[in-house]
Amino acid sequence: MRLLKYLLVGTLFGIVMTKSEAISWFRIQEMFRFQSFHMYGIIGVAVVAGAIMHWWIKKSGFKNVDGTPIEFADKPNTYKASIFGGTLFGLGWAMTGACPGPLYTLVGHGLWIILVIIASALVGTFVYGAMRSKLPH
Amino acid sequence: MLEFISQPWHWSVSGVMIALVMFLLIYLGQRFGVSSSFKALCSIGGAGKSFEYFNYDWKSHDWLLLFIVGAVIGGGIGSTILASPEPVQLSAATIADLTELGIKVPMTRAEGSGYLPLDLFNFEMLTSLKGFILMVVGGFLIGFGTRWAGGCTSGHAITGLSNLQLPSLVAVIGFFIGGLVMTHFLLPIILAL
Repeated sequence: MRLLKYLLVGTLFGIVMTKSEAISWFRIQEMFRFQSFHMYGIIGVAVVAGAIMHWWIKKSGFKNVDGTPIEFADKPNTYKASIFGGTLFGLGWAMTGACPGPLYTLVGHGLWIILVIIASALVGTFVYGAMRSKLPH
Repeated sequence: MLEFISQPWHWSVSGVMIALVMFLLIYLGQRFGVSSSFKALCSIGGAGKSFEYFNYDWKSHDWLLLFIVGAVIGGGIGSTILASPEPVQLSAATIADLTELGIKVPMTRAEGSGYLPLDLFNFEMLTSLKGFILMVVGGFLIGFGTRWAGGCTSGHAITGLSNLQLPSLVAVIGFFIGGLVMTHFLLPIILAL
């Protein structure tokens, strides 16, 4: 029962990803070519609405479903990891036209070839975990 | 009603809905970040025996695994019951650029929904050099890059930026450096292979 809620929120996420067209390989190409405002509009509105939400939660002391005050953990100050890892991800994003959330959503479209991309992403994750101590962070 | 929400959504509606998903996860006591699921899946596969990075209690991510199962279901609903009557409507400039690169842009639903260029992304293309690079190398970079950066579009671009995290801004700058280099310099070379 506890986990059913996440299944429902995930289902909403998959619908939003599909109807927003943020999972379209073509839309990602359009974004990286600066030929439409569509993707910038989506991300921009989500960030602004999210910023208002973060501000309001902190200000009001809004509690989560368990009655615990919500605290936000800061991202670690690993700037080298952010820029190097981020750039590698950006290359992959423009190749496959999908980031992790959209990859799962596209499987639901019946596009089974995406499972190959997810399997490769898991190999990439494994190799990162294996050589993590040798990489700058 | 069904017809109304089956239209492609305006970007402002989509943006608000993404923020709502983030809010619901925070309200339920979690956070919005999809690429952590790759780490959890590697741990379930036993990677924790070999490498410290995967040696953690993946059950702390059980909710995220249900979330991604939901994303698959949502994709199924979005592409059937709520499917748009027309394929994704791109700008004329993008259609022209992609056509010049030899990529077919679907103009009718019979030609495709406009989510994936099916001529490039299919099982036969896996054995070609460009298909292998785009799918297998591309997927590898997504896994390796997001875990190194500590997040993807959901964790850094949406959650991190909206919580004013400087490491997330740096990561998003990286996303765009990589995406722009690929789109404008490397992709034309790969597609010509």
